[in-house]
Amino acid sequence: MPGDSPEVRLYREHFAEWDALVRTHEPAWMRAHRQQAFARFETLGFPTTRQEEWRFTNIAPLLRVSFRLSAARPPALLSEQWLAPYREWAAHHLVFLNGHFVGEVSADGRPPGFIAHGIRALLRDAPEVVEPHLARSLAEAPHAFVALNAAFLTDGAFVRIPRGALVERPIHLLFLALGEEEPLAVHPRNVIVAEENSQATIIESYVSVGDGPYFTNAVTELLIGENAVVHHYKVQRESRAAFHIAAVRIAEAHMATVSDFSLALGAALARTDILAVLKGEGAECALNGFYWVRDRQLVDHHTVIEHAAPHSTSREFYKGILEDEARGVFDGTILVHPGAQKTDARQVNKNLLLSTEALVNTNPRLQILADDVKCSHGASIGHLDEEALFYCRSRGLDAERARQLLTSAFAADILQTIAFAPLRRCVGEWILREWPEWERLAEML
Amino acid sequence: MNGAALLEIRNLRVRVEGQEILKGITLTVRPGEVHSIMGPNGSGKSTLAKVLAGREIYEIVEGEVLYEGEDLLRMPPEERARRGVFLAFQYPVEIPGVSNLYFLKAAVNAIRTYRGLPELDALEFLALAREKAKLVELDESLLQRAVNDGFSGGEKKRNEIFQMALLEPKLAILDETDSGLDIDALRVVAQGINALRRPDRAIVLITHYQRLLNYVTPDVVHVLYDGRIVRSGGKELAVELEEKGYGWIAEAALGPVQS
Repeated sequence: MPGDSPEVRLYREHFAEWDALVRTHEPAWMRAHRQQAFARFETLGFPTTRQEEWRFTNIAPLLRVSFRLSAARPPALLSEQWLAPYREWAAHHLVFLNGHFVGEVSADGRPPGFIAHGIRALLRDAPEVVEPHLARSLAEAPHAFVALNAAFLTDGAFVRIPRGALVERPIHLLFLALGEEEPLAVHPRNVIVAEENSQATIIESYVSVGDGPYFTNAVTELLIGENAVVHHYKVQRESRAAFHIAAVRIAEAHMATVSDFSLALGAALARTDILAVLKGEGAECALNGFYWVRDRQLVDHHTVIEHAAPHSTSREFYKGILEDEARGVFDGTILVHPGAQKTDARQVNKNLLLSTEALVNTNPRLQILADDVKCSHGASIGHLDEEALFYCRSRGLDAERARQLLTSAFAADILQTIAFAPLRRCVGEWILREWPEWERLAEML
Repeated sequence: MNGAALLEIRNLRVRVEGQEILKGITLTVRPGEVHSIMGPNGSGKSTLAKVLAGREIYEIVEGEVLYEGEDLLRMPPEERARRGVFLAFQYPVEIPGVSNLYFLKAAVNAIRTYRGLPELDALEFLALAREKAKLVELDESLLQRAVNDGFSGGEKKRNEIFQMALLEPKLAILDETDSGLDIDALRVVAQGINALRRPDRAIVLITHYQRLLNYVTPDVVHVLYDGRIVRSGGKELAVELEEKGYGWIAEAALGPVQS
């Protein structure tokens, strides 16, 4: 029985503690959902490499650490200095410390009816606003970590873009881990509701200010109404000692458009599951992502795009760079439901290995149950092109500079899919700043 | 002619993947000279070009190459470039994601730094690039595009001569820069080469066809056959080759074919 493993028993004790702590601050339906989710977790147990979905990602190192729950909001107040790197974004910032909402800094341009706030505070003060979306979301737990997140839901952001509203400033959900000595487990849950004809940009950042170990187990739900347009970015820059597991679940109505970008640079082990369901006719989604890992980091993206209605379009483009003994996993499923005729789906995953010890498993899967569709996929894994390196060197660039130039060139096209320019510039800086010429190379991106 | 040799190749034997491609090449090039090396496919022309530029997959079996009196084969490719060796590639490499302008500015500044000159800033470089682009009638839009990415064959070859103009080498080796060009493009490339002829610069034209030599007059023509220079002469040798074909050289090199 999965439920009898010592790891699960540890979480059972934690659950009792957590339940006692939060039950009086949340509505009864919420508690019921948490309890059901925990029962679901006990049934599922932690995944093992014997399961197809987890074949290349062994979570044993995560299970070896006994994380304590991030039960109390840390005493620290929102510090301006945490937001300094993002000043250029001119965003509405919601700041979370060790998973707990500590405050917001809002920019101008909040349309009437716009909500962006901590979900725990809303559960206490205005549960009726979050219930319809959160309750449904909590009931779905495809794997143990999503169930665990529902059971232990620390806090998170609830964002509602009201009907017809255009929110020009990006909404930045900044999850800061203090990364102190004692390892904490944080279970953020974000719910983003974009009502019909609305438009917004949402950026989720996971960043550490310390370098101790911790565990982020995040779930983000995006409900995109008819004809709404949402750009969603997930920026994962956790500490190298951290574990990051995340699920992003996107549901799109008729003619909705979503572009999703997953940036994965940090963590010892990072696994992101993305599910996009194109429920409405004519819905479009672009799932893009970029990972760059080194040392013994492991980065895993599992994506599923479900074409559930006719005339829906998906574009998926993931690129990764792996150095040293780093490992990467990309698993991308495109599922075309019966009747989803005129589906147009394309998937590409490209990997650049900068060492002979780095390893990538890339696995495209197409399941097509309709007969009038256009679907394609392609994957590649390769090293820097020797002839191109020679070409650069024959023009006077030294070997290291040539390598850096070609490596940043590999990243250029995927980073150009980041439509929000200030973020694109930040990414250029984050990924290249260890190089002496990074400023010049970043110009190129 | 200037006395001192710029490039001296002495009995160079080169192997790749266990097979000997160059079987003892001896060649001296002085500043100001234009040499043409002609030969059929597989004779070793491109191998010679790449060995001189520093491609690392070749095994030097014997011989030496002196450039300005120093051992060229010991220098990494970037050092050769900085000291003034330039190879125009037969197949210029596409580098998606790097703009031509960015790439060449990096190259020019790497070479300028080596030569003790101040780096050019973006504006200075742009002015220089525009001036040199005119030489080969290179469309300015190609400066902003990624290096060779999606360029036509003719654009790639022009881009190579454009790079040569920017980098101002002392020794330019042009590997089949004339292949695959229509007559208009060939004329433009030839004009570019002629404009870059200088008393202190040597040019080695590696070519399969005599056609380019209608526009660029070499001082010396060499015929490379099966890894050896089997004949050297004036430009009339190129004309003779064009008339009689490479079969004639094969016979001359190996003796008449027995029937």
